[in-house]
Formats: sequence, C-alpha cells, structure tokens
Amino acid sequence: MAGRRLSQEINAGSMADIAFLLLVFFLVTTTMDASWGLSRKLPPPILENQPPPPPIKDRNVFVVLANANDQLLVEGELMDISELREAAKEFIANPQRKDNLPEFKISDVPLFGQMEVSKQVISLQNDRGTSYNLYIQVQNELAAAYTELRNDLAEQKFGISYQKLIDEDKPSNKQKIKAIRGVYPQRISEAEPKNVGG
Amino acid sequence: MSRFRKKGNKETPPVSTASLPDIVFMLLFFFMVTTVMREIELKVKVNQPEATEIQKLENRALVDYIYIGEPMNTALYGTVPKIQLDDAFATVEDIQPFVIKHRSERDEQEHGLVTTSLKVDSEAKMGIVSDVKQELRKIQALKINYSTRERNDK
Repeated sequence: MAGRRLSQEINAGSMADIAFLLLVFFLVTTTMDASWGLSRKLPPPILENQPPPPPIKDRNVFVVLANANDQLLVEGELMDISELREAAKEFIANPQRKDNLPEFKISDVPLFGQMEVSKQVISLQNDRGTSYNLYIQVQNELAAAYTELRNDLAEQKFGISYQKLIDEDKPSNKQKIKAIRGVYPQRISEAEPKNVGG
Repeated sequence: MSRFRKKGNKETPPVSTASLPDIVFMLLFFFMVTTVMREIELKVKVNQPEATEIQKLENRALVDYIYIGEPMNTALYGTVPKIQLDDAFATVEDIQPFVIKHRSERDEQEHGLVTTSLKVDSEAKMGIVSDVKQELRKIQALKINYSTRERNDK
C-alpha cells in the first residue's frame, strides 16, 4: 500500500471545544471586581469616662449638613454639591486671611521649617435619611479640595504634583509627602447622624 | 502526460481550524489574568456610586466585604435595604462576630492591616451605613473603604 500522500491533519475541532468549556467555566465563576474606593480611617470608639474634647472656635470649623432630601447646608447656607469643592478650598487655605475663616498657627513642618498651618476642621453631619450617594459625593468633593490644595503646594515647592509624589513611590518622596500633609492635614470629623428629616 | 494529471476536483480545500483553539485560549488567558475568583454570591443589589478621589484596594486577602442594598429577590425579602455578610443576610448585631471570625482566621500581625470594604448601593440611606460604621468602631476595625466606581471628571 502506497503511503498516505498527506499526513493526516489533527482534528482541531475538539481542542476548540475543550478551550470553550474552560472559558465558560472562568466566565461563570469569576468577576472583574477591581476594588476601587474612598479609603478612610474611622475614629477610635469613645470610651464612656473620657473627658469631652476641647471646644473649637466657630471660625475654625467648616460645617456641612446634609438632610434627608439630599440638600446641603454649608456654613448656614444652601449650597449645591458642585460648589462645595471651591468653598472648602477657600476655607482650608484662607489665602486672604479673612476674619471669619480659620486661624493660623506657626508649627514646625518637616522640610519647610516654621510655617503657618491652618487650624481648619471640617465637620460633616448627615441625617439618617440622607442617601449614600450624596454622602460619597460630599466625601469625594472634600477629599478633592484637599488634594487640589496639596497638588498646588507641591507644584510650588517641589515642581511636581502631590499626586505624582504618591504614585512614584520613591523613598525620597516620603519626606515630601509628610511635609505637604503637615501643611494641609485632612481633618474631617463626622458626627452621629440625627433623625430630623428634611 | 499521465504523470502530470491535474487533480480533477475543483473543490476549495477545507478551511484549517488549527488556529481556532489558539484564539479561544487567548481569550481564556485574558479572563484568567483580569478576573478574580468570585467568592460569594451577591444577594443584594449594589449599584455603587461614582467618585474621583479613589484608591485601589491592594491585597484582596486582607479585605473583608460588607454588602448593603436592596435584596435581589424583593418578592421574598422586601425592598428595605439589608446587610449581607458572607453569603447570608445579617443584621447590625452580626457585624462584630463577623469581624472577629475573620480576624481569627488571620495572623496576629495582620489584624491592624485588615480593611473593611463597604459595598453599598447608591440609594441606601445613611442610617444603616452609620450603624454599621459604629459597630466597626466598637470592634476596632478602623480601616474602611467605601467601594465606588471610577469616574473621570477631567
């Protein structure tokens, strides 16, 4: 018998079936759930016999209230969420040293030495009926206000944005990051939500 | 002439299917690399809000998940948002035992590094979320992460 002229081709159809089976298995059992989110550190629980914290002057506190209708009352005035970032930035930085905005304290910041640091505190109060979406948007805008101020300062002092300092992950950046945070520390205090309604 | 007889049939040769499994394997490897094994089955609807100032949760092994949202099966469970911990519905009182149980499954030095990821529906109210946060504070699980989708403003 003369030998076969062509070597027989491997039937690739069944290989494809096996591959499809594995693919379907992975599609069904996995998720593309990359976890992104706003990271926060909760304050430690208050023990009953702890003395109350010292009172803070009104001018140093940026009061943000959210009610059950998802409306914002910022420093006593109704405000839309889109305006929150700018208002927060002006409060934190207080560039014109206004009297109704936070005081400054001279403190020792690494790398910069003696610098005026604002005594700013942002106070956030929700209602139990406030939607989670609004809460996240408020948190986002406040965090963005701090980040933008920190970016501007880093550009001014180091010629590189604060965000890049974090992304680069060089050991020499750690001191710089600490310095920037020392000038604009993120002080957001959240109160227990009330059940007032609208 | 008899040696050079051309093949009589005018059929086109069959398409080679040898590369088909290669394509499928490539798709398979893509999915193997980009996805994560889903550990729990979601019983609540979680439509996460969007945010810009977000960080990525690095080590999945050091994350506990708490899901809050409307149940998927509203006919059976109603429309009030519920908490889901590890495959089952739970109440606010179950949060402390949940954290302690997960903590006991980990090493001593990892305790302070555990992040609790809160995957909450946009429409859920702050009442239930604050209750959960209070429980986490009591149990000293202070590192939390509000899970959101990414939004690019610029």
